[in-house]
Amino acid sequence: MARSLKKGPYVHYKLERKVAANVEANKKTVIKTWSRASMITPDFVGQTIAVHNGRQFVPVYVTENMVGHKLGEFSPTRSFRGHAGAKNKGKK
Amino acid sequence: MARIAGVDIPKQKRGVISLTYIYGIGRSRAKEILDLAKVDESIKVQDWTDDQIAAIRDAVSSFTIEGELRSEIQLNIKRLMDIGCYRGIRHRSGLPLRGQRTKNNSRTRKGRRKTVANKKKATK
Repeated sequence: MARSLKKGPYVHYKLERKVAANVEANKKTVIKTWSRASMITPDFVGQTIAVHNGRQFVPVYVTENMVGHKLGEFSPTRSFRGHAGAKNKGKK
Repeated sequence: MARIAGVDIPKQKRGVISLTYIYGIGRSRAKEILDLAKVDESIKVQDWTDDQIAAIRDAVSSFTIEGELRSEIQLNIKRLMDIGCYRGIRHRSGLPLRGQRTKNNSRTRKGRRKTVANKKKATK
């Protein structure tokens, strides 16, 4: 179910604060976050966010197209390496 | 014969049904169009008058249909793939996007079964 419009998009408050500070100072420092559920708002565009995937931080450079998606969508939590025995054929 | 929205030529059927032969028009949209054009939905296509056809054409043109709709959908998919989000990745690898299981089934997305030779059977 979609989130109530009344509440607005969910952005973790600390992340929001850091992004705002970055925008204000016109900096492009990488912001580390665990908040995968946070939505990307227009303020994020041009920033690089390091999103945790459970093991490491995946750097995500935010472009305009990504607005409205959540940070976690860009930081995969699983890595499928192919099935056993399939290594000979297909891509290496 | 009636030509609505380019190439589609549905005839000898009731108006509501015929219109659904156009890509992007289903039952409810067909109904909506005929309401807009003030044509009874049970009239067969061959019995439409020229005035009615004109009104229907007009009503149909207010929707995105056929090629335009197809390209819009393709663009949406391309956008997902370009930004590298989860759904885009799933589109690329031809797997279901919405969290369905892939251990079995999901054949619509995965295509025909690819049998693996000498695959071990589960031991009891």
